Amino acid sequence: MKKTTKALTGLVAIAMAASIVQAGDANKIVVDGSTTVGPIAKAFAEYYMGKHPEVNITVSESGSGNGAKSLINAACDVATMSRPMKNSEKKAAQDAGVLVIEQIVAMDGIAVVVHPSNPLANLTIEQIRDIYSGKIKNWKDLGGPNLPIVGISRDTNSGTYESFETLVLKGAKIAGNVEYVGSNGAIRQRVLSTPAAVGYVGLAFIEGVKALKVNGIEVTPETVTSKKYPVARPLYMYTNGRPKQATPLCDFINLSATPEGKKIIEDTGFVPVK
Amino acid sequence: MDAKTKSAALRDRDMPSLLLSHVARRRQRIAAIFGNGFLLTVTSLSTLAVLFIFYFIARDALPFFQLEGFMEFFTSTKWYPSAETAEFGALAIFAGSGLVTLGAILVAVPLGIAAAICLSDVLPFAVRQVVKPVIEILAAIPSVAYGFFALVVLAPLLQQSGGPILGVAVWIVGAPLAALATAVLADLATDKLPDRARSQARWALILSLGAGTILLLTLAGRALTGLHISSGTNALNVSIILGIMALPTVVSVSEDALQAVGRELREGSYALGATRAETLMKAVLPAAGSGILAAVILGVMRAIGETMVVWMASGNATQIPHPWYNFLEPVRTLTATIAGDMGEADQVTGSARYHALFAMALCLLLFSFICNLSSEWIIRRARRKVGG
Repeated sequence: MKKTTKALTGLVAIAMAASIVQAGDANKIVVDGSTTVGPIAKAFAEYYMGKHPEVNITVSESGSGNGAKSLINAACDVATMSRPMKNSEKKAAQDAGVLVIEQIVAMDGIAVVVHPSNPLANLTIEQIRDIYSGKIKNWKDLGGPNLPIVGISRDTNSGTYESFETLVLKGAKIAGNVEYVGSNGAIRQRVLSTPAAVGYVGLAFIEGVKALKVNGIEVTPETVTSKKYPVARPLYMYTNGRPKQATPLCDFINLSATPEGKKIIEDTGFVPVK
Repeated sequence: MDAKTKSAALRDRDMPSLLLSHVARRRQRIAAIFGNGFLLTVTSLSTLAVLFIFYFIARDALPFFQLEGFMEFFTSTKWYPSAETAEFGALAIFAGSGLVTLGAILVAVPLGIAAAICLSDVLPFAVRQVVKPVIEILAAIPSVAYGFFALVVLAPLLQQSGGPILGVAVWIVGAPLAALATAVLADLATDKLPDRARSQARWALILSLGAGTILLLTLAGRALTGLHISSGTNALNVSIILGIMALPTVVSVSEDALQAVGRELREGSYALGATRAETLMKAVLPAAGSGILAAVILGVMRAIGETMVVWMASGNATQIPHPWYNFLEPVRTLTATIAGDMGEADQVTGSARYHALFAMALCLLLFSFICNLSSEWIIRRARRKVGG
């Protein structure tokens, strides 16, 4: 068994070495970073490779911080990040001779949704946090009907969860009775069928359910792009230097500005940048 | 030619074809070696697969205990694997798995054993030939279809009219049980009385016990009807679905066990003057007992290992319900946690979060391993006992 393991490790090592050698290849793009931006990058890669079969794009999701690290170490061509690069990271990049170029690919706006029968129209960020951390347990505490709140969250796997954690929870921990589901669509379905439910979804998934105002601001693509809506943030792709025109890397990065790219971004539940 | 020479001639002509030439014999031996070797490889491949699974899961699970220790994992209910200072308390998740498995047992075992007895000893043979395959079709439905049903049909139904449904269910389940218990209890209690007093005392007892249980059932039914279920994706929903999923296993295996008891035992019992009920309760069921226990264990394994249904319909809330037997609250199970968290767990850097999932997988694996071994042992013991 040891021998087999060794042989396998050897094979993997060879494969990895081969991939590193290929990193300089213009037809090979390595993308690494945020799990939030990952779905966009993956959808872009799928779309782009469908049109250009000779190009090979690999997308990994190891977190924004790891994305920045890989870009600085020249282990990837594109770092996807759900937060802007920190000064310390920029400094490290400068020291390594990497010129980081920032591009906002999409906006991430999270709508807080309830059942259409729920009379509530507005919640503050603090109230949402209190609901999810278990401090507010009944809708009547918020001026609604006398029903115990059924909080529904995305699974901790998802980028939407990560955004919600950073933008709303801010360190507060989700209470034990909050339910977890596997997709934006599943949250919408659960909220639609549960009068006492509250959930949060990407902007593409608010059809049929009632999206609440947060801090008095309605969630629309406009308020998200203008950053008025509080539960929103830009998503970034970083490259080493401005990509040369007409290379696959340049096309890939600029997909977000094309109509097809915008469609893909909307389909993955984010808001394209105007 | 007399008969003797004729047979000799026949033998001379036929014998050579029965005896193989050296070449043919060698060819046959080589073919046998290759054939056996091939079969051995195929067989050992599946055995090796089991060993490999054990090895690789244990290899990735043990680092978790080295990193985080045992205490938190088994005693804390705080499961925040993605928080900045991650917490890996899996007690609530173990409890969730236990609760839905218990619920599935409560649904599948009485139904399954009753169905098995009906199939093997009560229903006519022709009916059995139709009903058993239909029950086994339940096993062929993909679990995602069950999950979809639980999420889209059962959950909203429980939310809208869960209370009344439970109220009716209490009567459907409780009334026959209460009637049976009343009759048996009255019978047992008055058995020792002298003949004349017995029948009167029995009726008095049946009436008073019956009135008591009807009152109790009414109270319970009314209390349950008033219940409001705020979230339909809860332990009850999943227990019902898992119970139905485990049903074919329980029915099939216990029916086989009842069949294995054999005609002789039943006929012997009838010959002694026992009624059909007495034969069933006092001869057939005790003889098939270990087989039925094995069926229950197999059903439990089906329920505890199920992933898709619980991930879709259990709510996945990391909590121990208050009180612990409150089936109306959402729970999270081991399998759902592994399935749901795997994508995020970083296998490259080998974080504690990644290894935590393997630690859960190892616990599940050990549990089903123990279950499997014990059911195997029970079945073997039963076979020896029945075989004499």
